[in-house]
Amino acid sequence: MTEESSPTASQHRSACGVTVSLRDLHRSFGDVHALAGMNLDLTPGELVVLLGPSGCGKTTALRVLAGLEDADTGAVVVGGKDITGVPTNKRDMGMVFQAYSLFPHMTARENVAFGLRLRGKGSGERTRLAGEYLELVGLSAQADRYAHQLSGGQQQRVALARALAIQPTVLLLDEPLSALDAKVRVQLRDEIRRIQLEVGTTTLFVTHDQEEALAVADRVGVMRAGRIEQIDEPETIYSRPKTAFVAQFVGLTNPLPGMVENGRATVLGESVPLLPGSPANGAVSVLVRPEAVTVRPGGAPSAAGAATVAATSFLGSHGRVQARLADGTLVLAQMPTGPVAELAVGDSVTVQVLPVAALATRPTD
Amino acid sequence: MTRATGPLPDAGRRPRDEMRPPQLRRRRRRKQAIFRWIVVALVMLFFAIPMVALLDFSTRLRNGTRNWVSWQPIVHLGSDDPASVEIRAGLVNSLWLVLVTVLIMLVLLVPTMTWVRLRVPALRRPMEFISLLPLTIPAVVLVVGLAPIYRIISNALSISSIWLCFVYVILVLPFAYRALDAGLDGIDVKTLSEAARSLGSSWTTVLWRIVLPNIRSAVLSACFISMALVFGEFTVASLLGRKNLQTAIFIVGQGDAKTAAALALIVLAFAVVLLFVLSFFATGRRRQNQG
Repeated sequence: MTEESSPTASQHRSACGVTVSLRDLHRSFGDVHALAGMNLDLTPGELVVLLGPSGCGKTTALRVLAGLEDADTGAVVVGGKDITGVPTNKRDMGMVFQAYSLFPHMTARENVAFGLRLRGKGSGERTRLAGEYLELVGLSAQADRYAHQLSGGQQQRVALARALAIQPTVLLLDEPLSALDAKVRVQLRDEIRRIQLEVGTTTLFVTHDQEEALAVADRVGVMRAGRIEQIDEPETIYSRPKTAFVAQFVGLTNPLPGMVENGRATVLGESVPLLPGSPANGAVSVLVRPEAVTVRPGGAPSAAGAATVAATSFLGSHGRVQARLADGTLVLAQMPTGPVAELAVGDSVTVQVLPVAALATRPTD
Repeated sequence: MTRATGPLPDAGRRPRDEMRPPQLRRRRRRKQAIFRWIVVALVMLFFAIPMVALLDFSTRLRNGTRNWVSWQPIVHLGSDDPASVEIRAGLVNSLWLVLVTVLIMLVLLVPTMTWVRLRVPALRRPMEFISLLPLTIPAVVLVVGLAPIYRIISNALSISSIWLCFVYVILVLPFAYRALDAGLDGIDVKTLSEAARSLGSSWTTVLWRIVLPNIRSAVLSACFISMALVFGEFTVASLLGRKNLQTAIFIVGQGDAKTAAALALIVLAFAVVLLFVLSFFATGRRRQNQG
């Protein structure tokens, strides 16, 4: 066979990356509105993660895009073409599921070759391409094993190879790591990102794990009650949240009382710049990240940040301190391990807020 | 004294058998083994006695001598002997009925049960209830209800016995449903079919290439049990005036009871073999699930 007649896996993967638009999607299950006017645009080759709590509609959005659920209203546009009414098997989308989905009666190679067979590829080409995609996910040695002979992580890798082998227009990942143990999850998470960058397929990844989302995404869409609350790059989502929900769902926050004046809030005697969307004046609750809080031993008991240490924890490269203010409010600080180790429960300390931009909300929000 | 001969402190946690001296333990185990073999032998006798009696009856003459004359119409099934003709017609009808019944049962049940699991899981309980109904309805009652329908079938199509397949599908429904349901329980139908659909499979491909291969032993169980049932069915065929193997045995038996007994023995042996094959597949499936 010549190279022209038998493209390699990398050539096979060349035609990747299309735009994807979900427009004003609505989907109800009885009284529950899983999608309530959801809009989302993906650029070619981009990996967008939908992040949100259970029941926020992220999986429904992915299933609507895959054609496994019908939207009540709205449109799904891929590569400029409206595919809202197109059945799942005609959409050319590869999907990796949360549950293990390898066909039990087929070997890993046969699983990967299954979609190629449906696309009319010859036996030799199927075997060769399946082998190359298994190599891409690092499972060449396990090609002739059945699903029950593979670990959970290996099964999900084969599922990823199977989804990629059909050269999908869009890759859909529905919480593919949630059934795996922590170590394998991190390994496979990084591998998915490496492969996605190599292949360049537009990818929608659904997860409820914020660390996973921030680690792999080009952009993270935080969902709430059937629509996207904020979609931005991971760093922006974390450091410049637009709403209290996003600030509190992604990462940890300390809601501390403060007063706003001239675009800055006074919190524990310190002046903190506020992010857009914060109230312009009056009493507020400032959502301060633990890494924007420091705890120093000693200090005058009458000072604004006077507190006592309630608990400390060691987390490897850094540690956390829980300090109780005079009014009973608990403040969480994240600091390097050294200073944390010097503190003991019951010590008198001073809590200080660093001038890092934070979001403020009305105390009742 | 009492303390010296009493049980050890942890004796309460040990099995009683381990507390006995080794000789007593061996004797007890030998007794248990003997008891097991007695039970097995009694069960085998329970099944074997009627078969031996049938063999004895079909080969023994009044003067006490034996011959195989009564087996001739069965051995020479292609002959023009009236008994052979009757048996042949009944056997051919039953074989066709087995084939058509099994086919209709599979075509009806496998897609329907898969579809219900995928799209309307709430219908599973009502469907199970309906599938079990034929067990609770006596054959005579069923025939009374079906007689008008079969009158229409006779007028519209023919009086061929093959149309018994419709009522036989109803009769095998409870058993076939249970077998297939157990098979479908063993796989994640929803995820597998969604994965296959996303890879480009039509619904037919999903059923043929994904669902069926994964419930193969359940399908075989359903087929075997349906075969056994159809081969052994007499009441409905007789009351509806149709001909199958069992009605042939009955008719032959009116003229020659010994030939009927020989034929009954063959059918019974066939059913026993089928049940053994069935249990073999069931064991295989259990092992596969455990693996």
